[in-house]
Amino acid sequence: MLEERHDFKAWIYLLPALILLIVFTFYPIVNTFMIVFMVDYDFLYGDYAGWTLTGNIEAVIGHRQFWPAIRNTIIIAFVSVPMSVIISLFIAVWLNSIKKLQGTFQTIFFLPYVTNAIAVGLAFAVIFNRDYGLFNYLLSLFGIDPINWVAPGAEWRFSMIALLVFITWNGLAFKIMVFLSGLQSIDKQYYDAARIDSASRSRVFRKITVPLLSPMIAFITITSFIGAFKEYTAIVGMFGEQMGHRGQLMTIVGLVYEALGEPYTAGSVSLAASAAIVLFFMTLLLTVFNMWVSKKRVHY
Amino acid sequence: METIEIRLQKLTKVFQAKNKEETVAVKDFDITIPAGKLVGLLGPSGCGKSTTLYMISGLLKPTEGRIFFGDTDVTDVAPEKRGIGLVFQNYALYPHMTVRQNIMFPLENIKMEKEKALERAYFYARLVGIDHLMNRKPVQLSGGQQQRVAIARALVKEPRVLLLDEPLSNLDARLRLQTREEIKRIQKETGITTIFVTHDQEEAMSISDEIVLMRDGVMQQKGGPQQVYDEPTNLFVAKFLGSPPINLFEGEIKDEKVIVGDAQFGRAEGRKDQEVIIGVRPEGFKIVERSSLKVKVDYVETIGRDTTLIIDKPSDPKYSKFDPEIAGPDQHENNNHVDEDVDVDEDMKRLQEEGSIEESAPEKKETFRAIVDADHRIQPGDEIKLSVKPHKMFLFDKETGELV
Ligand SMILES: Nc1ncnc2c1ncn2[C@@H]1O[C@H](COP(=O)(O)OP(=O)(O)OP(=O)(O)O)[C@@H](O)[C@H]1O
Ligand SMILES: [Mg+2]
Repeated sequence: MLEERHDFKAWIYLLPALILLIVFTFYPIVNTFMIVFMVDYDFLYGDYAGWTLTGNIEAVIGHRQFWPAIRNTIIIAFVSVPMSVIISLFIAVWLNSIKKLQGTFQTIFFLPYVTNAIAVGLAFAVIFNRDYGLFNYLLSLFGIDPINWVAPGAEWRFSMIALLVFITWNGLAFKIMVFLSGLQSIDKQYYDAARIDSASRSRVFRKITVPLLSPMIAFITITSFIGAFKEYTAIVGMFGEQMGHRGQLMTIVGLVYEALGEPYTAGSVSLAASAAIVLFFMTLLLTVFNMWVSKKRVHY
Repeated sequence: METIEIRLQKLTKVFQAKNKEETVAVKDFDITIPAGKLVGLLGPSGCGKSTTLYMISGLLKPTEGRIFFGDTDVTDVAPEKRGIGLVFQNYALYPHMTVRQNIMFPLENIKMEKEKALERAYFYARLVGIDHLMNRKPVQLSGGQQQRVAIARALVKEPRVLLLDEPLSNLDARLRLQTREEIKRIQKETGITTIFVTHDQEEAMSISDEIVLMRDGVMQQKGGPQQVYDEPTNLFVAKFLGSPPINLFEGEIKDEKVIVGDAQFGRAEGRKDQEVIIGVRPEGFKIVERSSLKVKVDYVETIGRDTTLIIDKPSDPKYSKFDPEIAGPDQHENNNHVDEDVDVDEDMKRLQEEGSIEESAPEKKETFRAIVDADHRIQPGDEIKLSVKPHKMFLFDKETGELV
């Protein structure tokens, strides 16, 4: 009796959240899966011209920007995530070890997090400007000629490098905060014990800090990969809606947006849904892999 | 393994908080710990035991004073260079490493050859009896096993000094007894100069070659456990040692007699008249035929050979008020040493007003304990006469708590 009543109450409490979840999350997910199999879906009226098993998937794979988008997405994920995880780990360890001005530095490193990605992207576009950007100026100190990083006509590899620098940097703030709070929750006695045991600094880092932080590292890595697979805003912020010179920095989410941008073209919604489903399975695969790795590596 | 003595010279540690507030955790600590001995550092919580240990280990820098290992001044030597083993209060085993990795860690740090390191790790694991657990993680061990891993990890580098910070505090009573004997055995076998921190007086007394008592950062007394127990230099030491604790009575010295309420506890030759706190060990009472200390037994606890009697305190106001039999005329007859009745009444009244007996002995409200031979078949409610063994009685100054 008692338990049933509790159950009922719990459901009432959950109801608002559940309704929102159902309307804005579960229904769209299910719907997306269905649209993939519909010919020429029209989202205004919900009409469609029959069913197809692989037609929309084939269409998206056949899209001229599909493979570049896959390539870009994978490069962004597999370069920016490890880089930003490693860099933020070192910054967090450094921050944790200083006593003076720790709060100040903490604030400085966290500022990007509260700043809009589009705005920061614009700032980076200026930094990477060919003629008066800071980056080219630094390179000029080493006698390197100005490079066109972001402007129309820029080479893909240069644009990609600039983009990776930006995305890596942009991801630091949150990771540093998470790592720092993780570091601060590690019992100081382990470090005292390590000192008594004559461990060198690098051994303390490798044998104690990293393993004890491994749950955080795993969490950050998994969520960062998911985030990197969805990368879109950073590219728009830095390169504009064209996503680079002739769309050369197109990503999968970029494809989805592009297709949704022309809702009245027959089949574009189905194309977008298919691209989204491709992304879904990519993310799923990688997350399962990540979980499998962290099961073996995470020490708790 | 060489053994060395540890010498602390005017060791002082002052912690300064952010708001400039200062805490003197250890003050002018002067002590020599003989080579190869196990010394118990004993005192109530917050008295500076851990701080002292951390200064010896080098994890904390003394505010003042020097630390010597043998003839070497190690005050400014980094902890990793001091050659110490430290077992933390909560072991601080690395949770992500197996027992083997934990024990091997100090050896890997000094880049010992793998074969040799493994051999040594197993040697010490066997010594503490955990060699069958080498592949477990710390969470998979019982508290006692974790503690032994921590000891093995501290011993494996064969330190000159072993420091143990309340290593048994997390264990249950049986395991505690067992492990403390083990520590004693290992210490004997290895001959490492060892400091064992605890706030459990029984533990310190049973394990140590010598005990050092601390209070509020200041050393109170040092000596063999029995010696400190038998000859406490102040009230704090007397109260801290002994289980059940020492009985305290408020009384006075008058004409070289020790007087509590109506009873005479003994003699105090050569001491001037004054108010004192009288401490009597529970085993310091004897049942006798004739004595002015006539009491009624409240409870009787018989455990094994001994019988513990719980008895109303003679100086308690209740004593005269509610028990006319004991405080009756017949007692006055015996108490011929009390010069005037008025004096006693005054005393009683004052105590009643202040309620101050409890002040000096908060843990003993109205009763005291006497441990006597179980041969006396005593029932609750029995009236007995007690005498006090002179060498089990201590007189302390009422203000300073120092021995009179
Ligand atoms: N880092 C610190 N900053 C300020 N005060 C401290 C610090 N560490 C300890 N103290 C203070 O120093 C005193 C001694 O502390 P310490 O840890 O040495 O006590 P302890 O005898 O080991 O107690 P316990 O038996 O509870 O472990 C305490 O009053 C404590 O509040
Ligand atoms: Mg302590």
